[in-house]
This record gives sequence, structure tokens and C-alpha cells, in this order.
Amino acid sequence: MELFTNQVLAGIATGAIYACMALAVVMIYQAIDHLNFAQGEMAMFSTFISWQLMQWGLPYWVAFVVTLAFSFAGGILIERVLFKPLTKAPILTQVAGFIALFSIINSCAGLIWDFTIKQYPTPFGSSPFLGSQLISTHQAGMIGITVLLLIGLYFFFQYTRVGLAMRAAAAVPESARLVGINTSWMIALGWGMAAAIGSIAGMLIAPVVFLEPNMMGGVLIYGFAAAVLGGLTSPFGAVLGGFLVGVFENLAGTYIPHVGNEMKLPIALALIISVLVIKPAGLFGRNIVKRV
Amino acid sequence: MTALLNVKDLRAYYGQVQALHGLSFSLNEGSLTTLLGANGAGKTTTLRAICNMVRSTGAIEFEGKPLNNRSTESIVRFGIAHVPQGRGTFTNMTVEENLQLGAITRSDKPGIVADIERMYSYFPKLKERHTQQAGTLSGGEQQMLAVARALMLRPRLMLLDEPSFGLAPLIVRDLFGILGKINREEKVSILVVEQNAQLALELADRAYVIETGRIVMSGAAADIANDENVRKSYLGY
Repeated sequence: MELFTNQVLAGIATGAIYACMALAVVMIYQAIDHLNFAQGEMAMFSTFISWQLMQWGLPYWVAFVVTLAFSFAGGILIERVLFKPLTKAPILTQVAGFIALFSIINSCAGLIWDFTIKQYPTPFGSSPFLGSQLISTHQAGMIGITVLLLIGLYFFFQYTRVGLAMRAAAAVPESARLVGINTSWMIALGWGMAAAIGSIAGMLIAPVVFLEPNMMGGVLIYGFAAAVLGGLTSPFGAVLGGFLVGVFENLAGTYIPHVGNEMKLPIALALIISVLVIKPAGLFGRNIVKRV
Repeated sequence: MTALLNVKDLRAYYGQVQALHGLSFSLNEGSLTTLLGANGAGKTTTLRAICNMVRSTGAIEFEGKPLNNRSTESIVRFGIAHVPQGRGTFTNMTVEENLQLGAITRSDKPGIVADIERMYSYFPKLKERHTQQAGTLSGGEQQMLAVARALMLRPRLMLLDEPSFGLAPLIVRDLFGILGKINREEKVSILVVEQNAQLALELADRAYVIETGRIVMSGAAADIANDENVRKSYLGY
């Protein structure tokens, strides 16, 4: 029983990271109807920035906040330079754009910081949380920060005018323009926020997976699985999907024979395919129906 | 009277296809003007061209200021509220959020709150349903919501695209009554595009008739309504 609880809690902790990635993916998907394949690489690059800042002697939380700001600005810049000109391009052109972005960021990170694995600090330490053997302080910190982030985002989208305008621009762009919303900037803002959320995921998972340019590959696939499971049209679903995928991954690794570490990734892919076959809109996604 | 909106030699294009062929008309401050014409005559295109939602050439002036080459969202900030065909409801948001979106360019919070209450007094049905998802409203209620959303801008000019479309006759009467009241009491100038010519002519003070992208007739609404030839050849009643 203790093994089970332990695995569930550990699953919730990594699930928090998947939830962040899924949320970042869903934010951009809502704005431009495409999956950002480079979301993980953007998060990885941000994490390197924070590592570099700490190497230069900045304390963790200062580096954390500066990295958030950098990622936000970087996300906006990527949208303005690369994707705004592609707005009306066919879908394959956009996909090519995402893949290009993926390899550019990946190679740049390798060029600047090389491909050797680096230690990444945790501000929470890694002692047992509240004296319990079930979960470490870092895992508890991962869950805590993610929950805070989610609450913050909920209030932003539900109770602020910018949040309302962003939702409107994503839902019905033409009507949004007709009430005076600059939808183009709302998309850019969505990119900035997604990049910042992704950077949080990167900085939280780096102590676990270690820092290197390919660190987010697996995490992003789990993030996609989470987003698909919860429904690409539902931020809430994406978050819940993240936690579910985290727990599912851990339990499958523990209880299904031969799964182990090597087979964990195919499980995420199998999950994506099963969801798409059985319930394409995901658990909480909306089937697009309209009253006429 | 001064012209609030002045359109000269407007030509509009969908890709290679030209939809408007040099349209000119003007709308006076405080007027309720209607654009009439058959399906495909270019009524909707005219409204869309005013808001720069379709490629066009020619001069469009609002209070003497040119609107050409401005983005749709910046034209709204001149005080031009456009209720598009199909109503443009934000279906997955609540009725109240739809109203708040109408006022998204304003920053006077107390004024916005007061205006939402004012809309509820115009349209009591919307108050009953203010927490409901807008997509669950009936067609008539959604049209009311679209008009209310446009009014939340406190517009100088309201552009309405076929407000009667798909609505039961009684509801259309209701809606047109409210439009007339808004025009008289709130001094909002209105340009309404309609296929229901008879009703639009009762409501409007001035009318233009469009055929295949050209103005073929203009004058006081009452004169056009009384001209049997015009009625028979262009308006079909």
C-alpha cells in the first residue's frame, strides 16, 4: 500500500510538470489552432538561461523571475518574427515553422552550453517532505508552484479584462475585432504566457531530469498526451490530464511487468492514440457544435 | 445637417471578384438609414468595407476623418459598432461577459456597470439569463444580445447586418421598435441593411437601394415606400 501511495504522489508531482506543459500547449493551440512542437525546446532554453544567471551568481528566485520575464518576451518575439508572417500560410508551412524552431533552439542551446549533462539546483531541497518518506520537498514544491500558477491563471482569465479579451480573441476572432480587440496582439500575448509557463515547467523538472538540450523531449510528449487526454480546447482538462498522465505513467511503470523506464514513453503515445480513437475531443474538450 | 458617414466611389473585392462598383452614399448625424437590395446586391459587403473587413478602394469618411487603411479594431474605437450577419455571439461565454466585451475599449468602470443594467432594462430576457452561456439563447435573444453588445460601446454609429434574419415576425417588430427608440433617445445613428424592405422602410428616415454593387435609388424612406415602381422592381413587395 505504501508503494502505491508513494507512486501516486510521485506521479502527481511529475504530473504537475506535464500539466504546465499541457497548459502551454493548449494556450497556443487555442490562439492559433496548432500544436507548438517547439514548446519543450523553448522551456529548455529558458531553463538554461536561469542556470546561466545562477552561474553568474544570482540567487535562485531572482534568476527564476528574470527567466520568466525573458521567456515571456521571447515568446512574443518568436510569434512576431516567425509566426505572424505565417498566419495565412497553409498548415504544413506552419508545421515546418514549428520544426525549424525546434531544431534552431535545440542547436543553439547545444552550441552555447554544449550537450553535457548539468546539475540543476532546487530551491526546496530534497529532504523528505514534513518528515514523510512518501514525497520529497522538491516534489511538494513542484505541486505547490503548479497549483499557485493555475489559480493565478484562472483569476487572470476569469476576472481581468485582458483575460476576457484573450478568451474572446481565441473563441471568435472576427467578433473580437468588431468589439475593438487587437486579436493579433492577443495571440502574441498568448505566446508570451505559454513560453513563461513552459519555463516554469523546465525549471521545476530540471533537478529531476538534469539540464541538457534534450531534456524536454519526453516531457513534451507527456504534455501532449495530457493535453489530448484532457481536451485541447480545455485548459482545465489539460491540467487534470497532466496529473492523470503522471499518475498513470508511474503506476504502469510499477505494476505492469516489463514496462520499466524504457517503455514509459510508448505508454504516453499509446494513451494519445487511444484517446483520439475513443474520445477525440478528450475528457473535457468541447465537440464544436453550433446553434444556427 | 452634417454627414456623419460619407462614402465615395466605394469598390470592394473578394479575391479577383469585384462586389461593389463605385458606391456613394452618406448618412446624416442622428439618421436611421437603410440599405436595401436583393441577395448578393452588396449590402453586407458595404458594411464590411466600412469596417475594413474586405479589400476595398474609394473614400470612407467618418466625421470628416478617413477610415481607409485602418484596422477593423481601430475603426471600432471611432465609435462605430458593427453587428455582423449571424450576430457574432461569443457562444461559449456568458451573456454578461458578452456585454462586457462590447465595452472592452472603454475604461470607465462605473459607466460600464451602469450600461449593463441599462441593457437589461431594454432587454429583460438578457437579465434573466445573464449567467447563461450565450450559445444557449434563442435566435431572437442572441440578436438582442448582439444589439446590446454593440450599444455597450456607446457608439456614434451602429451598423446592423440583417437584424431580422431568421427571427419570428413578432420578435422582429419588437427588435425594430427598440432600434427606433435607441435612435431617437440615445442619438445613435444607425445604418441597417435589410432584406425585409417593408419593415426597414417603416423604421428608417432615409433609404438607398443597391443592385449588383451600385446604388440605383435613394431618397426619403417614405417616398421610396410609396413609389410603386421601385417597390415592384427592386424590393419585391
